[in-house]
Amino acid sequence: MKLYLNFLSMHLRCALEYKASFLLTILGQFLISFASFLGVYYMFARFNNVEGFSYSEVLLCFSVVLMSYSVAECFAYGFKTFTATISNGEFDRIMIRPCSELFLVFASKVEFSCLGRLLQAIVILIYAISNSPIIWTKDKILIFIFMIAGGIALFMGLYIIYASFCFFTIEGLEFMNIFTDGGREFGKYPMAIYGKSVLGFFTFIIPLACIQYYPLLYLLDRPVTPLAPYTPIYTFLFLIPCYVFWKIGVTNYKSTGS
Amino acid sequence: MIKMHNINKTFRVARRNAGMREAIKSLFQKQYDVIHALNDISFTIDEGEMVGYIGPNGAGKSSTIKIMSGILTPDSGECIINGLIPWKNRIEYVREIGVVFGQRSQLWWDLPVADSFRLLKDIYQISEKKYRENVETLSSLLNIETIIKTPARQLSLGQRMRCEIAASLIHSPKILFLDEPTIGLDAVSKIAVRNFIQDINRQYHTTVILTTHDMQDIEALTKRILLIGKGRILLDGELETLKKEYSQNKRITIDYQRGSFMPCQGLAIETHHPGRIIVSVNTDVLSVSSAISHLSVHAEVTDIAIQGATAEEIIISLYEEHHI
Repeated sequence: MKLYLNFLSMHLRCALEYKASFLLTILGQFLISFASFLGVYYMFARFNNVEGFSYSEVLLCFSVVLMSYSVAECFAYGFKTFTATISNGEFDRIMIRPCSELFLVFASKVEFSCLGRLLQAIVILIYAISNSPIIWTKDKILIFIFMIAGGIALFMGLYIIYASFCFFTIEGLEFMNIFTDGGREFGKYPMAIYGKSVLGFFTFIIPLACIQYYPLLYLLDRPVTPLAPYTPIYTFLFLIPCYVFWKIGVTNYKSTGS
Repeated sequence: MIKMHNINKTFRVARRNAGMREAIKSLFQKQYDVIHALNDISFTIDEGEMVGYIGPNGAGKSSTIKIMSGILTPDSGECIINGLIPWKNRIEYVREIGVVFGQRSQLWWDLPVADSFRLLKDIYQISEKKYRENVETLSSLLNIETIIKTPARQLSLGQRMRCEIAASLIHSPKILFLDEPTIGLDAVSKIAVRNFIQDINRQYHTTVILTTHDMQDIEALTKRILLIGKGRILLDGELETLKKEYSQNKRITIDYQRGSFMPCQGLAIETHHPGRIIVSVNTDVLSVSSAISHLSVHAEVTDIAIQGATAEEIIISLYEEHHI
């Protein structure tokens, strides 16, 4: 943990070497995600609810997903750009360090500009909470925190899978973006609006619905199964297969010529 | 110390012809070629030895280094270094080794070199006292005391390489792998790096394995060389013995004022300009002294230089001999 903080301070110092660029990319990220917020806004300017979810409820869902996505992207950036790490031989260097290679890849990059999105997510969250009728009890707050934490774990897991694929092939990995970037975009709305089969996929295969739809129903006092408030915890289990897949990938590592 | 026994490694390489059509075809049906990168590689290296590992590009040098440093897993064979199997006990093993990849940097581009050192201290869990000591000795030996306060991006290649080497030795490893450490350096930096490697080897008894294309490195640093070509070890021996074996040809350069030269047996003229002649002497047939006396009979000689085969020439004749 101390080592990670050390890495973090190195990254921060690097980013601050170029202050103007640092601030501009944060601003840029903020504006990009603002466009996606506008999508939701105009949608609700025409219809006042989507499958029974009101504007503020959808925004709550949106902010949870956006927040966990941006935190995950910020810190798991090393996995997102792992193709480059492999092709420029950086991974060789990681392998000769006496630390877990998963940890070192994780610590190898931090993209602070993603915090621009986080900022956006916080603004939307504040707006959504102040406009929603939810009465915040202690366990609801706890569940809400778990929704975000579970979301971070989920997106990080997806990035780890994405990176693990790089050990086998470097081509055609774009399809993974359906789950990462796509997950962020789908995740704006509660998963149920896409129909049963999509909901099933995002419950059991990639448990995205577990951090928004099910616990959200609980927060909104809708009728739910007793398991619903605990579903965010399930996403942490998702990290286990990700880790196994990563390990298989590492033993398959072929390195590049130099 | 280092024991490699029958190491094999193959790679599958996708092949396709150029062109869009072929590219689309390869989406559905990929053709692979199997390349035997390493074939039955075996050797042992003792503690404190300095070994030059040479061979042309693509011969398998890097693959061997990568296997020895725990990056790659071989298909078959045994490798025990320091009593450990590199790819199985990776984390434990890599504490004891340092690796310099001459073409890749391990320093943080935007930050002072000292910051990179600090991070390495935490990665290798070096105690504060040991760290101070090591940084002090390394930076005085490599003459980088002032440089390490500058961001790596502002260093010259020679300065950066010295910092790279220091960074690889900060945890006082027992084995040092150097993959082309003098590539692109000017003469002064090269000599500084070589001297330093020698010092380290002498003082700390560090085992050094060096791959390079610069034969002066080999000549200056190593006694023993391993020659690899097409994935096989072709030769394992002392550089001195090789030199003797390959230097029955001596080259004599003669500057003269007037006169002429007679050819004779065991003596071949390589180049001849007015005022200077270069001949090569086969010492099996003709001794150097009789060659000189023969040459100076009809000419007024002003200067003579005699040269044995350089390491470079030896390597070239080795490559030729082994068809690699």
